[in-house]
Amino acid sequence: MKILVCISNVPDTTSKINFTEGDTKFDTNGVQFVINPNDEFGLTRAMWFKEKQGAAVHVATVGGAQTEPTIRKALAIGADEAIRINAEPTDGFFVARQLAEIVKNGKYDLVIAGRESIDYNGGMVPGILATLLDMNFVNTCIGLEVDGNNATASREIDGGKEKISTTLPLVIGGQKGLVQESDLRIPNMRGIMMARKKALNVVEPVDAPKPTQDQKFEKPAAKGPVKLVDADNVGELVNLLHNEAKVI
Amino acid sequence: MSVLVYTESDKGKFKKNAFEVASYAHNVAQELGESVTAVTINAEDDASLGNYGASKVLKVSNDQLNTFNAKAYANILAQAAQAEGAKVIIVSSSADAKFLAPILTATLSGGYVPNVVAAPESTVPFVVKRTAFSNKGFAHTEISSEVKIIGVSNNAYGVHENGGTASVDEFNPTLGDADFATKSVEVDKVAGKATIADADIVVSGGRGLKGPENWGMIEELAEVLGAATACSKPVSDLGWRPHGEHVGQTGKPVASNLYIAVGISGAIQHLAGVSASKTKVVINNDPEAPFFKAADYGIVGDAFEVVPKLIEKLKEFKAQNA
Ligand SMILES: Cc1cc2nc3c(=O)[nH]c(=O)nc-3n(C[C@H](O)[C@H](O)[C@H](O)COP(=O)(O)OP(=O)(O)OC[C@H]3O[C@@H](n4cnc5c(N)ncnc54)[C@H](O)[C@@H]3O)c2cc1C
Ligand SMILES: Nc1ncnc2c1ncn2[C@@H]1O[C@H](COP(=O)(O)O)[C@@H](O)[C@H]1O
Repeated sequence: MKILVCISNVPDTTSKINFTEGDTKFDTNGVQFVINPNDEFGLTRAMWFKEKQGAAVHVATVGGAQTEPTIRKALAIGADEAIRINAEPTDGFFVARQLAEIVKNGKYDLVIAGRESIDYNGGMVPGILATLLDMNFVNTCIGLEVDGNNATASREIDGGKEKISTTLPLVIGGQKGLVQESDLRIPNMRGIMMARKKALNVVEPVDAPKPTQDQKFEKPAAKGPVKLVDADNVGELVNLLHNEAKVI
Repeated sequence: MSVLVYTESDKGKFKKNAFEVASYAHNVAQELGESVTAVTINAEDDASLGNYGASKVLKVSNDQLNTFNAKAYANILAQAAQAEGAKVIIVSSSADAKFLAPILTATLSGGYVPNVVAAPESTVPFVVKRTAFSNKGFAHTEISSEVKIIGVSNNAYGVHENGGTASVDEFNPTLGDADFATKSVEVDKVAGKATIADADIVVSGGRGLKGPENWGMIEELAEVLGAATACSKPVSDLGWRPHGEHVGQTGKPVASNLYIAVGISGAIQHLAGVSASKTKVVINNDPEAPFFKAADYGIVGDAFEVVPKLIEKLKEFKAQNA
């Protein structure tokens, strides 16, 4: 089995978000970039397929040269090869189109992507990619088993979960649950050394439309101070929620 | 031409977000001088959508579609869009809508913007405001493709009644085996319980509750309020609560009217996922807990004393307002 894990390079979850150039760009100053958490779960599941079922695991990202440390980290965790499509990922359709090219040419059986990138929260790349290539697709995937050409996946749904049976070739939008939190790996020295020798192939993007453009960003309005209610006067909270906030 | 809206139902009954997306579609249609066509799948009482702005309903009835199937549903919407000449399609932000919208986007070569929080700022160019960076920011995003797909955030636009009426037409899309290549074999869902996605109120517990045995009062508080229960990430990692209850940046997003956080510190990743909620209440015994900076109302106190009192006061309130 040949697996492609799609990795988006995102600000660390603790990052402060600021905008620059007249609020038209995300300010990367002082921001630490990491493997998108949803993709980290997927990559870890891919490692399981590699170790238990002999799968080959490649990773791909659409991004500039500044994303290479993140890709190297994926290699240090254990991916065999990496591909970087040299373009700024400003639109989900465009990104999916680039990855589709890689998947088609590389004849991957399974594409593991994340439910969403935690930066732009598009939640669209895996679904578009699957549809462009006419591959099966399972979103919000929290469990995946592959047996020959058959796949069984669990999916989180509103209020519960669902078991899905399907076949390869398959794309998933994965998330926490795909592996246990404790299974996530921090690259060790040996992994980091080995990653330096692994191939990181840079390819140029294909022409593709960009149907959406972020024109401007803004930060949420500053919050007013919290209204504290005395612990001995809990009835006042009920009163405020009813008469002031009007939510009960 | 019409604005198309997918109005979701569960076992025949419209979800609340169906009325919200229909209301949103009505706004867009008025802006464009068009009318709203709603697509329903195995729903009852289709004509009720008229009150929220739909003037026509394309009603699909098919037992094969009783369980949600993203590909088949997306295909139905694509065929409906073609039949209606619709260039703008409105969907919700439910897990199902977020599953089908990208498929629909690729099928129609459109542009999709999810998490939209307000009516379009302009229609030429077509610009919508959406959340980004897990609620730490907003983006004003232009959709320049001919077909535009908008995912409306829960509880962001609201439900607006307008007293209109809708005609109901049977719609028979062509579906094939390929649409059912991913099959749902088992659905595991607690019946009759409010879900985090749909509930107006969410009651959430954190590590401050010390252990799973203490969740009785959280469930009781939720029950009094008709709320869904949720938890912080460590609580689900520790196995105190099911993973499906984990909310935050890496869990489920919450956009309820009221979010009550009990024994949750308010870490940045937690806040990122819940801050879209309109009113936030925090109960924590540490006055320095970061959540107090993000909350509207707070009680500094021991959850084991405050929550039972709150339940009692809410019961009194309910009895008076019944
Ligand atoms: C990549 C990444 C992603 C993450 N994603 C998420 C996410 O999606 N969601 C999420 O929740 N977290 C997430 N986290 C974890 C997050 O950083 C925090 O660790 C977590 O939110 C803390 O959970 P908590 O508030 O329940 O626990 P704690 O931080 O331990 O807080 C417990 C609180 O309870 C209070 N308390 C104790 N006793 C009482 C009492 N008797 N009465 C009242 N209050 C009491 C304490 O004062 C404290 O404030 C993520 C972390 C990382 C690194
Ligand atoms: N620039 C990118 N390069 C590679 N994969 C990406 C990129 N952007 C998004 N993805 C993949 O698509 C998933 C969903 O991302 P998004 O649609 O941007 O929210 C991510 O979790 C990644 O697996």
